[in-house]
Order: sequence, then structure tokens, then C-alpha cells
Amino acid sequence: MSVSYRKDMFWLAGLFIVLMLTPTILPNNYYLTIMILGCLHAMIAVGLCLLVGHAGQISLGHAGFYGLAAYTSAYLSTTWGLPVELSMLAGVVLTVVVSILVGMPSLKLKGHYLAMATLGFGIILSILFTETVDITGGPSGFVGIPRLSLAGFELHRDVDIFRVVAILLCLLVWLCFNVLHSRMGRALRALHTSDQAAQAMGIDVARHKLFVFVLSAGFAGLAGVLYAHYLTFIAPASFGFMFSVELMVMVVLGGMVSVPGAIIGAFFITILPELLRAFEDIEIILFGLILVVCMIFLPDGLAGGSARLWAWVKTKLALGCSRG
Amino acid sequence: MSFLTVIDFSSLLQYLITGLTLGSIYGMTALGFTIILNSTGVINFAQGEFVMLGGMMSVYFMTALGLTEPVAVVLAVLGTTVIGALVERLAIRPVRQSPAINLVIITIGVSILIRGLVMFFWGKDTHVLQSFSGDTPIMFLGAAIMPQALWVLGVSAFLLVGFKFFFSKTLHGKAMLACSFDVKAASLVGIGVERMVLLSFMISAFVGAVGGVILAPITMTSYDVGVLLGLKGFAACILGGLGNPFGAAAGGIVLGILESLGAGFISSAYKDALAFVILLILLFAKPSGLFGQKDSKRV
Amino acid sequence: MNRGKSLFLVIVLLFFCATAWAETIKIGAVVSVTGAASFLGEPQKNTLLQLQDLTNAKGGMDGRQVELIIYDDESDVNKCVMAARKLLDQDQVAVVIGPSISGNTLAITRFFSSAQVPLISCAAAEKIVFPVNPWIFNTPQLDRHAALKILQDAKVKGYTKLAILTVSDGYGQAGRAVLKELAKAQGFDLVADEVYSPKDTDMTSQLTKIKGVSPEAIICWGTNPGPAVVARNRMQLGLTIPLYMSHGVASDKFIELAGEAAEGLVLPAGRLTAVDQVPDDHPQKTVITDYVANYSQKFNAPISSFGGYAHDAFLLVHEAVTKGGSANPEDIRDNLEKISALPGTSGIYSYSPDNHNGLDEDAFIMVIIENGTWKVVP
Repeated sequence: MSVSYRKDMFWLAGLFIVLMLTPTILPNNYYLTIMILGCLHAMIAVGLCLLVGHAGQISLGHAGFYGLAAYTSAYLSTTWGLPVELSMLAGVVLTVVVSILVGMPSLKLKGHYLAMATLGFGIILSILFTETVDITGGPSGFVGIPRLSLAGFELHRDVDIFRVVAILLCLLVWLCFNVLHSRMGRALRALHTSDQAAQAMGIDVARHKLFVFVLSAGFAGLAGVLYAHYLTFIAPASFGFMFSVELMVMVVLGGMVSVPGAIIGAFFITILPELLRAFEDIEIILFGLILVVCMIFLPDGLAGGSARLWAWVKTKLALGCSRG
Repeated sequence: MSFLTVIDFSSLLQYLITGLTLGSIYGMTALGFTIILNSTGVINFAQGEFVMLGGMMSVYFMTALGLTEPVAVVLAVLGTTVIGALVERLAIRPVRQSPAINLVIITIGVSILIRGLVMFFWGKDTHVLQSFSGDTPIMFLGAAIMPQALWVLGVSAFLLVGFKFFFSKTLHGKAMLACSFDVKAASLVGIGVERMVLLSFMISAFVGAVGGVILAPITMTSYDVGVLLGLKGFAACILGGLGNPFGAAAGGIVLGILESLGAGFISSAYKDALAFVILLILLFAKPSGLFGQKDSKRV
Repeated sequence: MNRGKSLFLVIVLLFFCATAWAETIKIGAVVSVTGAASFLGEPQKNTLLQLQDLTNAKGGMDGRQVELIIYDDESDVNKCVMAARKLLDQDQVAVVIGPSISGNTLAITRFFSSAQVPLISCAAAEKIVFPVNPWIFNTPQLDRHAALKILQDAKVKGYTKLAILTVSDGYGQAGRAVLKELAKAQGFDLVADEVYSPKDTDMTSQLTKIKGVSPEAIICWGTNPGPAVVARNRMQLGLTIPLYMSHGVASDKFIELAGEAAEGLVLPAGRLTAVDQVPDDHPQKTVITDYVANYSQKFNAPISSFGGYAHDAFLLVHEAVTKGGSANPEDIRDNLEKISALPGTSGIYSYSPDNHNGLDEDAFIMVIIENGTWKVVP
């Protein structure tokens, strides 16, 4: 195994330990709620990181996949009374199937055109969530979704849900690292630089792009079903165009190519508004300002920034030691 | 009910007129996108905010400073242009070398910031601006045309002709066009690329503000009108084919008419979905928009 | 000052702080101060802050000072969930007022039954209070009552063919559902059922389509600015079909936005909208007059009935705490259910174990807009 793979695995182990210890240091459910939402956002962000950062394809439609899975699982478990585990599986599977159907024609498009196609798809879905009132409950939301359960046991406590979500996040990150360190990962980097060059090297560009697109949609789908059964309520407003944009912000702010960065970005964007709550009406101004300042001063994102900070601390420490 | 029973000539005309007015608005926003895109390769997510600023500043100058509408409107357009310049100077120029996606995220941040500032200082209320020449509709073959709609159409047409002249006849226009083809080559022949980028932000803020001002009497204005207009403008831009100002304007009109006909004949609930479905089908059939050129990229 | 004296002072101070802290009643609120529903949340926040000051100046509730903790949910479900969790877990409030919108209310009701803390919502959806959840109450008039008032008026005027034009958000969805149900039940012929998006800026297409099926009246259901656009488009198209609005636009802002096009429109509204025309002997007269006077004195903003929903929620808490003599969450809940014939700004509240809305259609009056102002339809 390569050095960088081992490094990634160390990072993953660190993430796992931190997440498992988190509930013991959090004073109450309020913080747990933030952490659960952070984990869900991080799930989508790592998938998007693969798509945007490594395959070089933009998507502004992932909120749609997130919502599609959430609504499917909510509908099957609530209206049809299917077991929660089965509905969740169906939600993810449907999302994967739809993403294949959407991805095949869309991924032939490039750059801004692809952004528009995925954006349009996301908007169409969000209109469907709003207008098919008989199925989705319409704009005021889908109520009475059963709580997440595993093997027939309902998870009443938020702590249990957090553990499930955190473990799943770690699994997805593990999957990402393995994809990146496989032949696939190298192929993706090649096609990020140039489609044509990759094609000339004998890489099946279309298939690789589609694979990553579907993988990231599947991640969003998993996050979506977990979200629906954690909150037990969903509304179309959570799956709109703005959330797709927010997801992109998480990835780019994280540093785009870095999986840990995407996770940091997701938690940052989830937690920041809560930290700024005390500022009331100027919260949104500060949020915009912080976003701009971060992007200006950390061109390689939070991941790059923290790496540089760490390097700086290390040299300072080394200096201090050598002097001492 | 089949739509054949509903269809009659004056209704159809009314839908077309409505669509044309809406479409000009989208087209103008799209024009702003195109200008910045051409000089920087960046989709400026704050474009909708320029449109909003045009309307909201006019309202502010009229209510808080007691200016008359014409003066307020001119000041608002100038003010927005200055803000466009500030955005370029403060948020874009320091990071010109970053990848385009970083710049896009910065424009998202800027749009949130501008919206937040307007909300904080000028409030969350919706405001209305007086129509420039009254509210008496002109009846034409059974369809009503608002005088303000004529203003919208006239000003859009005027701006388009102006741009045609600017890009083909003036030195600055040609220089900007050169930047859009190849930044490096442009700077090699002595074009101040940085100045051109600044100029492009000012021009698109100007176009946005003009759009916002002539729109406000029809659509009313508030701190958050920019989001939807930005979205539709972007769609219009893509529909027309990126980089082509006339394509952008045409894309806007097509989008507006699609929406209006969709609401009239099919379903008002799904009119936006319908417009986007058609947009997607078009994109799949013609991947570089209606009027875009197929670009060949060297490896 | 010697050490003994200062120590004594510190102890006394601490004692006072401790007693003051022990005695305050913590009331939580989560409203949409920003975002799409800020037109609801902003007056609600202002109203609550003012009521806190007024109540504390008069000696508080049941002799205890009130500490209000208000969070903004930015009209966003996730933010609302987090705010509710914070109020319950971190701040441990005795009762919560809000949220401003139905979707957010439905998203957080589950927390309140498990935390056993009462929630008094400022949103109107029927799903909030039917079926009754023991811990959830709401203060606004029901959409059903507004729809009944409109249809009553239409019946009197002899209209049989109706068209509806509703906004595709939670408010419009609820209105559309009750209008369709009640119009059918009362034998009206619904010839058009059109919708528009909350951010739409032109409804000419919908109105042209409605014109094609020639209804005798149009009912528009939405909140500003959409209905103002509808009114203006109607005038621009030269339509003479009578237009009803919903109580969602019963504020002076609507008249300002719609201008001349508002003339002659009829809508159901709470008595707050036409406070000067409420007869002096009406039980709501004092409470509305006081609220309007206080609010317009402190905030340089026109009064809206939405702020009134929060006002009434606070009033109900005040009543429950004072009458019951306890600020325990369970006691507040029990005592809320005992409230009967309490006049508020939106109507006269009578809660019971199987009615957590407490208003009836008498909470509405029909008003017509004439010469840029509201006039009660007798």
C-alpha cells in the first residue's frame, strides 16, 4: 500500500475516533442535532468532492437526489407501511436508477452547460415535490414519517441515530479513499485534466464520469433517507436550488480535491450559522463575508489552509525545540 | 377541459405579450451574465443582485432622500455600476489567478453579502415604483399591453443595439471581445486585461441595474428578487448559447414565452418545470445552446 | 472598604442574582425573522420583545419576571429544528411561542410531546391542531373559517361559478384544499383552479386563462406580494370579474403595493385590520386598541395581524401562568386548556382538551377596500 493511502487511512481512523467520542463530550441533544445534520451534509459533500474535485464535473442538482430519496422512503414507509429499512433501500436504489438516466445524457455536456442541466433537473424535481400534493404533502411538508430503525428496533435516542450516521459516513469515506487509490482514481484525474487526452489513453471517459456521478448521487440518496427518518418530517424547501449551491460551497470551501476538506467544509457550513445565531439579523451578512474572505485568503480551501497552519505550527515547534 | 376550447386569438396574443415582457427581463439579466463570462470565464452569481440593487436603490433614493423618480433612477443605475466596480476590485481582482470555480463561489458569497446588507439597512418589505408613463393599458386586438412593457422592450432593444455598436466599433469593445477569445493573446497585444475585467463588471452591473429599474414598476422589488431573476437569467444565457450576447437576449425571450404559454395552455403549477424540461431536451439535442458555437478544444 | 464588608456585599449581590434568576420564567420563541416568511416573523419578534418589557414593567407574570429567548429560524426547516432543540435542551424554557410557518411547526411538534413542554404556534395549518396533540396549540384563525366567510359572501351575492388562484406554498396549499372542499360541499361550480409560485412576478397568463372560462368571481389566496400582482394584472387586463382576497393580505402593505388596483376588493380579516371600526362594546376592542397603540408607538412600522398571532400566544401564556399560579410546563399546558372566552387580537379564545385552536369563524369580519382604506362590510 502506498504512503498516501496509509495517510488517508490514518485520517479516517482519526475521524472515526473523534465522531465516536463526540456524544460523550456534547452536553445535550441540541449539539447532537447539529452533528447529525453535519454528518449528513458531509456524506453528500464527499460524493460531490469525487465528482467535482476529481472527475471535474459540476452538479447543481444533488439537492434533488437528496430529496428524491427522502420522499421515496418517506412515501413507502408512511403511506404504504413498508418497513423502514426496506423503504430506505428502495429510496437509495431509485435515486441511483434516476441518476443513471439523468447522467447519461447530461454528462455529455460540458462546464456551464452541465451545471445548467443538473440545475434544471434539480428544479424540476423540487417543483414535483411541491406540486404532487397527494404524494408528498405539498409545500407544507410530509408529516408522520417513522423514525429510523435497524433490524426492527426503532432508534428513539438521538445518540443512537448519531452513531449510525457517523459509522455510515466513515464507511462512505473509506469507499471514497479506495476509489481514489484504485485504477479508477487515476483515470478520473486524467479525465479531469482533459477528456480527449484521457480518451486517447484508452480510458472509457463516459463510463467513468457516469460511475462517479451515480456514486455521488447514491451518497446523496443515503443521506436523504437518513434525513427523512431522523427528522420524521420533510418539506420541499429543504431540497431546493439553494441547497445544491450550498453543497457546492461546502466542497469548494473544503478545498475541492480533498475528501477531508469536503467533510470539514460540510461541518463548517452547517455549524457556522448556529455560531452566528447571536448576531440575529446581521448573521447573513457575516455568513457572506466569511465565505468571501475564506475563498480569497484560502484559495486551496479549508483543507489547504489547515495543512499550511499545521506545517507552520510544526516548524515553530521544531524551532522552539532546537532553541530550547 | 381541453385547451382547444380555451384557445382564442386574443388570449394567445396576451400570452405572447406577457412572455415577451418577462423574456426581455430574463434576457437583460442574461446579457449581464454574458459580459462577465466573456471577460473572466466566470458565471457571476451576484448578477441577480445587481438587478435587485437597481430597483431597491431607486426606492431608497425616492423614499429616504425625497428625490423625484427620474433622478433616483439615474442615481440608482450609477450607484449599482459603482458597486459592480467595487465587487471586482475587492473580491475578484485579489484572486484573479484562482480557478474559475473559486471565483464562482466568491460571487455566491458576494450575492449573499449584498442581499444581507440590503435586507439589514433597507428592510425586508416589498416596494413598488411608479410606472414611467402611467398605468393605462393599450388595447391591441383584444390584448392589453402595459406602457411599462413597451419601456422594457424598447430599452432592451436599445441596449442590444448599443452593445452591437460597442463590441464592433469601439476600441474598448473590441478589446473586451479580444479578452473573451484569449486572455493571454489579448495581453500580448497590449490590452489591459485587468481594466477590461473591471469594465465588464461595471457594464454588467449597469445592464442589471437598468433592467431592475424598468422592471420594478411591473414586478415590484424587494431585497430577495435577485435570486430568481439570476436563476432565470442563467437559464436564458445557456439556452441562447454561452458567450453570445444576442443569443442570451433571444434565450431570455424564448424562456419567457415558454413560461407564459405553459401557464396558459398546460398548467400554471408546472409552468417552470415545463420550461426547464424543454431547456433540457434542447441541451441534449444541441449541447451548446440555440445560438452557441461548437467549440473545439485542443488537447 | 475592608474585606469583611466587601465579602458581605458580594454575598448579598449573589443572593439577589440567585433569587432573580430562580424567579424568572423562561419563555422561548422561534419565529422567521429573516427569509421568505420574514413578513410574519419580524412583527412577531417585535411584538414579543415589547410584551416582555411591558409585562416586566408591570411586575411580570404571577409576580415573576419574564425572560424571553427568541431565535430566528430563517424560514428554514433545519434551522427551526435546531432552534427548537436549543430552546428545549439548552435553555430549558417553560413554553415556546412560534414558529411562524406551518411546515416548521409540523417539523418540531414531535420534540415537544417528548420533552413535555407546550408549544403555541403562530401558524394556521389544520394539521397542527387536528388531530389534537396535547402539547401543541395555535393562535391564528383557521383557513377554513376564512374560506367559509368568503363563500358566505359569494352566496349572498348570488355567484355560482368560481375560479381560484392560489400560491404554491404552505399557505396557498392549505387555502386551496379548504376552498375546493367547501366550494364543492356548498354547491359552487369551480371552473378554474390556477396556481402561481411564491416568487412569480406576473400572473397575466393565469388571469387570461381564468377570463376564458368566465367565472362570476375569483378567489385569490396568498401573501404579499403575489396577490398585489394579481390585483394589478387584473386591472391591467381590464377584468371586471369580482376578486376576493384572503386574510393573508389584510395589512396596509397590500394597499400600498396594489395601489389603485386594490379598490373594491373584498376579503375576510381579523378585527385588528379595522380597529377604529370595531364597536366600543366589543370584547376585543381594548386589547386591539392597546396593541395597535403600543406597537405603532414603539416601532415605526404599520401594524399587521401576523404580529397579533404572537401577541395572543403571549397573552395566553400570561393568562395560563397567572390563573394557574404556576410556570411549570405541565401546569401551563393544563391551564391553557382551561382558558375560556379570552379576548385576543385575532379573536376570542376558548381552548379545551379537544380544541387547541380556540377560535371560530366569528373571529373574521369581511372588509372591503375603499379609497385606500379598510371598510367593514356590514
